[in-house]
Amino acid sequence: MAVLLDKNTRLIVQGLTGREGTFHAKAAQAYHTKVVGGVTPGKGGTTHEGWPVFNTVADAVKETGANASVIFVPPPFAGDAIMEAADAGVALVVCITEGIPVVDMLKAMTYLEDLPKTRLIGPNCPGIISPGKGKAGIIPANICKEGRIGIVSKSGTLTYEAIDQLTRQGHGQSTCIGIGGDPLIGTTHIDALELFQHDPETDAVIMIGEIGGSAEEEAAAWIKQHFKKPIVAFIAGQTAPPGRRMGHAGAIISGGKGTAAEKMAALTAAGVRVVKSPADMGWALIESLKR
Amino acid sequence: MKIHEYQAKAVLSKYGIPIPRGEVAFTAQEAADIAKRLGTSVTVVKAQIHAGGRGKAGGVKIARSSEEAEKFAREILGKTLVTIQTGPDGQRVSRLLVEEGLAIDRELYLGLVVDRSTQRIVLMVSQEGGVEIEKVAHEHPEKIHKVFINSAVGLQHFEAQRLGFALGLAGDSLKKGVKLMLALFQAFIATDASIIELNPLIVTKNGDLLALDAKMNFDDNALYRHADIKDLRDRSEEDALEVEASKFSLNYIRLDGNIGCMVNGAGLAMATMDIIKLAGGEPANFLDVGGGANADQIKNAFRILMMDKNVKAVLINIFGGILRCDVLAEGVIAAVKELGVPVPVVIRMKGTNEAEGKKLLADSGLNFTTADTMGEAADKVVSLAGGR
Repeated sequence: MAVLLDKNTRLIVQGLTGREGTFHAKAAQAYHTKVVGGVTPGKGGTTHEGWPVFNTVADAVKETGANASVIFVPPPFAGDAIMEAADAGVALVVCITEGIPVVDMLKAMTYLEDLPKTRLIGPNCPGIISPGKGKAGIIPANICKEGRIGIVSKSGTLTYEAIDQLTRQGHGQSTCIGIGGDPLIGTTHIDALELFQHDPETDAVIMIGEIGGSAEEEAAAWIKQHFKKPIVAFIAGQTAPPGRRMGHAGAIISGGKGTAAEKMAALTAAGVRVVKSPADMGWALIESLKR
Repeated sequence: MKIHEYQAKAVLSKYGIPIPRGEVAFTAQEAADIAKRLGTSVTVVKAQIHAGGRGKAGGVKIARSSEEAEKFAREILGKTLVTIQTGPDGQRVSRLLVEEGLAIDRELYLGLVVDRSTQRIVLMVSQEGGVEIEKVAHEHPEKIHKVFINSAVGLQHFEAQRLGFALGLAGDSLKKGVKLMLALFQAFIATDASIIELNPLIVTKNGDLLALDAKMNFDDNALYRHADIKDLRDRSEEDALEVEASKFSLNYIRLDGNIGCMVNGAGLAMATMDIIKLAGGEPANFLDVGGGANADQIKNAFRILMMDKNVKAVLINIFGGILRCDVLAEGVIAAVKELGVPVPVVIRMKGTNEAEGKKLLADSGLNFTTADTMGEAADKVVSLAGGR
């Protein structure tokens, strides 16, 4: 069954008629995913690449029975798009957009508090893929393989790296969740681990974190208490200088807090196998399965 | 984005935060003129750089006459200040703030930042103003008082009042403090700030509250809606190569090592730095070319890497998802041919159109070193850069 995506997923694309939206809608459709339409305000009533286009998410949900949405709209409108999807009752909202102002996300997160049925993934993330079942986002399907390892990651290309390491050694993935590198995100490491914990088709998990904030430390505390499956972690930014934003809006060591060393120590103390080298994620996980 | 203290004070003043009287000076003569205009018995001459810790580094002086203000200004202008926040190279001073001296009764701390765990803006205050707040937080966390602000309704009067009491304010000063905190929150939201710090916020002997120092950073993602704030950017405070990279939407941060890196994706770029270090080398930079880099961006990325004269070898680590390996290979080949890259280049690429990309590199006749895994790539580049 994997997590988040299954055969009943009916996906719409907010920003379908844009270049990215179109490209990834096709890629999702080609990869077992039921893409049922798109939303582009002002283009409602038209069709795009064979899909119906709606003015609002509410219209799209009413007409197509959509229960998931992937967002490709530009940053100034993306916070609004998240709220619109939640308002329309969409259960799974995956926001790929990078560069949403923090103040917009503060509003969106507050709005979502009143709509607990909606799960937001991202923003600033590659989305999710359940190999062999479907995808919502931009993770390349060709490197994936059906299997029983879960991946949760703040970073897009490092997720691909982990997937590739596993696939090349013959181990497939149940679901890969890119949670995003922004300071404010809808689904945290803990949320994703909780999903994997209860997923009978996930045997073990690779968790990828990076400098900034304290989400990894919070995850470590949670893992110690609750997580029962083998888990391997890598933290990016062990050599990052303090006070500099390393690409992702959230990847910054500030006031001496949010270092990789602290996160690695917290995870190690929680019993997580922490690898120093990103090249070791795959084999360390496979080794942990043998124990 | 960071701005100078005098700019932050000007912004905050628009939102009703009381600030000392003062003006910016670019020459010693201007500093003297400002001191005269202020007409106070004491003026303060403050170096304007994008870093804290200026006082201890000799960047803040108290002048008792306009002549003295001029003398201090001459000493500080053009000087390179090395503070706890500048790094060992320091930062050259080219602007000063000349302010009226005030009779200080107490120094407080006020700060606003986004708290990621609670996903709210947090207002922090402390009676321990004028010192490093990180130190207070570490040694005496009980001396810092916080309100996690509900984003739907904003900072409430009772919350600001509670913090005012915690600051030991009373009577008129309390009222002024509450007003100031409410205004500060307004300023944070209205300008899309990412941090505002008043350290210290002073209480004068007359019971007035003023922001004696002010730090404001802004959310880069929101600058598109603040043209006035964008104009405050002082590029002379930034690394020249980083400014150049930003023109091509390249995320580049200069470091001290000798191995140039070019990577797609922020996480992989950090991980590449990490693995270089593990292999015994030192990364010269962080460079994320992004998910959809084109040949032109790749070329410019190469040019910027080569402008750093410390670079002895380059590691290109690309995981092609959206960015196709053949497109990358074309960009790299074109760049190397056009720029004549004089140092060894190690390329590791995976993902979409990997085979086509590798073939292009092999057929180019150029001397690239290729690697299959990140570990192998790191070992090769470290040895080519002159070893461990």
